[in-house]
Amino acid sequence: MPTLKKTLLSVTVLLSSLLTGAVHAALNIEITQGIEGAVPVAVVPFKWTGPEPRPPQDIAEIISSNLARSGRFEPLSARDMLARPDSDSEINFKNWRLIDSDYLVVGNIDYQGGDRYKIRFRIYDVYKGKQLDGYMMSVSGTRLRRAAHHASDIIYEALTGERGAFDTEVAYVTASGVGKQRRYTLWVADSDGYNAQALMNSSEPILSPAWSPDGKKLAYSSLEDGGHQVVFVQEVASGRRQLVSSNIGLNGAPSWSPDGKSLALSMSKDGNPEIYVIDLSSKKIRRLTRHWAIDTEPTWMPDGKSIIFTSDRGGRPQLYRVPVSGGKARRLTFEGSFNARAAVSPDGKKVAMIHRVNGAYRVAVLELETGYLRVMTDGSLDESPSFAPNGSMILYATNSGMRGVLAAVSVDGRVRQRLTVQEGDVREPAWSPFNK
Amino acid sequence: MKFWAKAALAILPALLLLGCGTSGEVKDEAAAEGGQASEQVSGAESAASTRGAGTDSELQGERMGGGAEEMSTTAVDPLNDPNSLLSKRVIYFDFDKSDIKDEFRDILNAHAEYLASHPSVNVTIEGHTDERGTREYNIALGERRANAVKRMLTLQGVSASQIRVISYGEERPAALGHDERAWALNRRAIIDYLR
Repeated sequence: MPTLKKTLLSVTVLLSSLLTGAVHAALNIEITQGIEGAVPVAVVPFKWTGPEPRPPQDIAEIISSNLARSGRFEPLSARDMLARPDSDSEINFKNWRLIDSDYLVVGNIDYQGGDRYKIRFRIYDVYKGKQLDGYMMSVSGTRLRRAAHHASDIIYEALTGERGAFDTEVAYVTASGVGKQRRYTLWVADSDGYNAQALMNSSEPILSPAWSPDGKKLAYSSLEDGGHQVVFVQEVASGRRQLVSSNIGLNGAPSWSPDGKSLALSMSKDGNPEIYVIDLSSKKIRRLTRHWAIDTEPTWMPDGKSIIFTSDRGGRPQLYRVPVSGGKARRLTFEGSFNARAAVSPDGKKVAMIHRVNGAYRVAVLELETGYLRVMTDGSLDESPSFAPNGSMILYATNSGMRGVLAAVSVDGRVRQRLTVQEGDVREPAWSPFNK
Repeated sequence: MKFWAKAALAILPALLLLGCGTSGEVKDEAAAEGGQASEQVSGAESAASTRGAGTDSELQGERMGGGAEEMSTTAVDPLNDPNSLLSKRVIYFDFDKSDIKDEFRDILNAHAEYLASHPSVNVTIEGHTDERGTREYNIALGERRANAVKRMLTLQGVSASQIRVISYGEERPAALGHDERAWALNRRAIIDYLR
């Protein structure tokens, strides 16, 4: 058995120095389908207390955009507001009932000296005339956008009862240029598409980015040196990366164990692709499957006890589930001739996959308890589903015209978004875990 | 003749670009294959015929005009002979299949014979798939196709050490487009001779 090579190398982190690149790679997110009767909510521009110029981040605007993007809310334009109260004001609920706003968010940004800002906000139910929640946070200037996302999460949870996933990130791969000029770049951006940062740039394809459970690292596979597929783990903050699997043959489709200590991956070093588990600290490799067929695309169940993977051992690619402790793999999907690339919902109850239906490849979700399979998308070549950490949306890759774009669909199928970059193709999305 | 050789080399990339619109993938592949030849004239020509066979017959007609007649007299190495089966370096597969179709057996037999009698010559076999299905599964399927070619060669006496297998899955299509015509051209394995 070849020994696992371990190299530590630093990769150039292309931060905002590559400004034009960052602009081109920024994701533009648009709602393509929202909920009929989205809930009207008024987010009043936050009152600034401090010297001019005020910080460029418009907190209320960022919150409004986030709520609108969820498809479940219809934020009111500031122009239609009859008053501009803040956290210290007495609220005249009549003003808000008049313009049919169900909920109201008011807030302040107070300058605290140095690079410190205090954000305060209150959330009101307009018809009940009562406060639902109030919150205060102190942040540095560079984290004002993050603070706005965090505030959005709190507001979203107060209004829906479901944890928000705005203060999260999305990793994705862009491909641009043709022939020898073709470049593949791995990006990480905020969940609203802002702050895109290039982590890795290559003339060879980058595949299957996967977030570590602590949200600090990405594992991915890359075709190095003329087609040898290897797996790297890269720290998002420092850009430092480590080669974790470069055995002869394929090394791909990494998936983190829920405790972050191991990676499941597919390797063909023993002749054909099988599922293995690598312990990241000891580098010990354990083989989980033993079959002449293709076994790939492992994904860990959230309880850490079993792994779902793609195998064509039955003649066509289908999903199977195998205990991590070893044992027999059991078939999970029976509907249709192609089911692959599983992604498990954070609660472990749903499995999203690419499902072939009438010759088209679409995202489908299998309810594990009932065995009910629902096709969620209407593309022809959809790929790489990834759940939001709150389980509300599924992000995936699709085609629009001749271009690769990303799209997202809510798990109830009612909200749809499209995410595009200015030029080139975008693919292989992976939604980060919650920021801790 | 040298003039024609240079001219053919010089215009080859342009022709490829003309022939396939915005596709850069095709150009890549042709360049890789053309690079194997030991002599300039033959190199350009073998690339042309290989690509022509695979992707676009109009393109082939255009290119062959340049120096096909001279070719037959200069070919010393059968690898560089456009009339030899060895000039065919790409074979195609059915959807989600990796078994070698009968129509490509003669080509693989010719390569097997050549490689078995030239044990110092090495090849890389590149497996590819069409864009349908998932990326990592397709990398695996591409590897299986390349391995199927490898098996055909080793069964006929080629040493496994002469063959390197790699897969690009759906990542490097020869033809762009989202239809059966493009897909058929992309489900392929390429035998790439290393110097």
